Amino acid sequence: MSTIVYIPKDAAALSVGADAVAQAIAEQARARSLTVIIKRNGSRGLLWLEPLIEVETATGRVAYGPVSLADVPGLFEASFLQGGAHALHQGLTEQIPYFKNQQRLTFARVGLIEPTNLQDYCAHDGYRGLRQTLQMGQAQIVQAVTDSGLRGRGGAAFPTGIKWKTVLDAPAAQKYVTCNADEGDSGTFADRMLMEGDPFALIEGMTIAGIAVGATRGFIYLRAEYPHAYRTLNEAIAVATSQGYLGANVLGSGHRFDLEVRLGAGAYICGEETSMLESLEGRRGEVRVRPPLPAIKGLFGMPTIVNNVISLASVPIILDKGASFYRDFGTGKSRGTLPIQLAGNLKRGGLV
Amino acid sequence: MISQIHSIIERFRSEPGPLILVLHAIQAEFGYIPEEAKAVVADGLNLSRAEVHGVVSFYHFFRHSPPGRHVVQLCRAEACQSMHADKLATHAQHRLGIGFHETTADGEFSLEPVYCLGNCACSPAMMVDGQLYGRMSNERFDEVLAEQQLPHQRPGS
Repeated sequence: MSTIVYIPKDAAALSVGADAVAQAIAEQARARSLTVIIKRNGSRGLLWLEPLIEVETATGRVAYGPVSLADVPGLFEASFLQGGAHALHQGLTEQIPYFKNQQRLTFARVGLIEPTNLQDYCAHDGYRGLRQTLQMGQAQIVQAVTDSGLRGRGGAAFPTGIKWKTVLDAPAAQKYVTCNADEGDSGTFADRMLMEGDPFALIEGMTIAGIAVGATRGFIYLRAEYPHAYRTLNEAIAVATSQGYLGANVLGSGHRFDLEVRLGAGAYICGEETSMLESLEGRRGEVRVRPPLPAIKGLFGMPTIVNNVISLASVPIILDKGASFYRDFGTGKSRGTLPIQLAGNLKRGGLV
Repeated sequence: MISQIHSIIERFRSEPGPLILVLHAIQAEFGYIPEEAKAVVADGLNLSRAEVHGVVSFYHFFRHSPPGRHVVQLCRAEACQSMHADKLATHAQHRLGIGFHETTADGEFSLEPVYCLGNCACSPAMMVDGQLYGRMSNERFDEVLAEQQLPHQRPGS
């Protein structure tokens, strides 16, 4: 019988030895004639437990962490492949108190699936939002985003739907969707976790945005400090393009949407949207005077959506489950969900 | 070198706003942006040399001189500071015998500051040649350094 073991390939997990642990588990399994299928997922966000490995059992995924190279033989001796007791045994991942009380919408798949496995993505409700979008008119899509109450997750909390409507109503031969992935503030890593753990969610969100406003080209502006996210995004874009989810004819709908990742170059200011646009155009990242708004005159002088990673990755579930589903989470003017990052001098750093 | 730069320019010429793409490719090839590359790039992309110089000098990521064989980037941002990144920085400088933005005399290591690697819950963090390391200590720094040196180790060195 074969057992599935999940070992994250999120950069944070790799930074504390996840690759070496994966290799040791494969070697030990071979030596003991056990069949183990190692899957490389994103991080569950319990970062103080990384590398957090999970074993698929009849009752669910059982977690062990933080696992070091030296722990691997002991885990086999404790029958961890059957969920056996061990000092690092954390029980069912989804019953760990830190995780159990979380309501995950945007991050539902992060850590659960193999990030660039499109089948896995689709099996977990992926691309349902886009399919729904293809049955709707542009104004209707924008209205759904407005009705969901989604506001910019990059920090300024501007209503996403209003931004989209401005771009939709601006006539132009070419429009753009840009994603601000210049996550530069220390203590923040949610964008990185999403891009590495569920890149298709961002790609799907940007595709929906493109169709909604009539933009045929998208750019993800990613900071150069994130080489792992760069590789994962490019891999996912290649897969999505080869399967017809991106490109000249998105799912046979006649809509074109091409997506490209562009790297920043170590300028903190480029997290500001107009300097990001300057940088995307290949110039010094200097702030532009507003007005005109980027929604009217943005990238290369054309109407442009500029949204944060988490904002765009929240769009698929809104279109899939409906604006009111999303709006029913949250409170007051703050609708939906928002990940909080815990970091620094803490016992239990991670994403909640 | 000039012919390689020409082919890089050719590869990106038709892209919209190609300058930073070209500079990234040049740095990936040579490890830095050579002074003589600026005129070639300016000419190839129909920009002024001042524009190219202005972009190269604006972005910290672009180097003006060749780096060592290994580039060690230590995170100096707040989350890492709260986990004693300063102590690690002092140790790293002492251990390598160089300051930030410097390269060891044998050309093995360059030391650079970096402002957030997104590994804030596993701080302090550092990156060596694109590989990320977390929960760093002085001891772990020495181990990582030793790993880097292994392939280049010669008898008697």
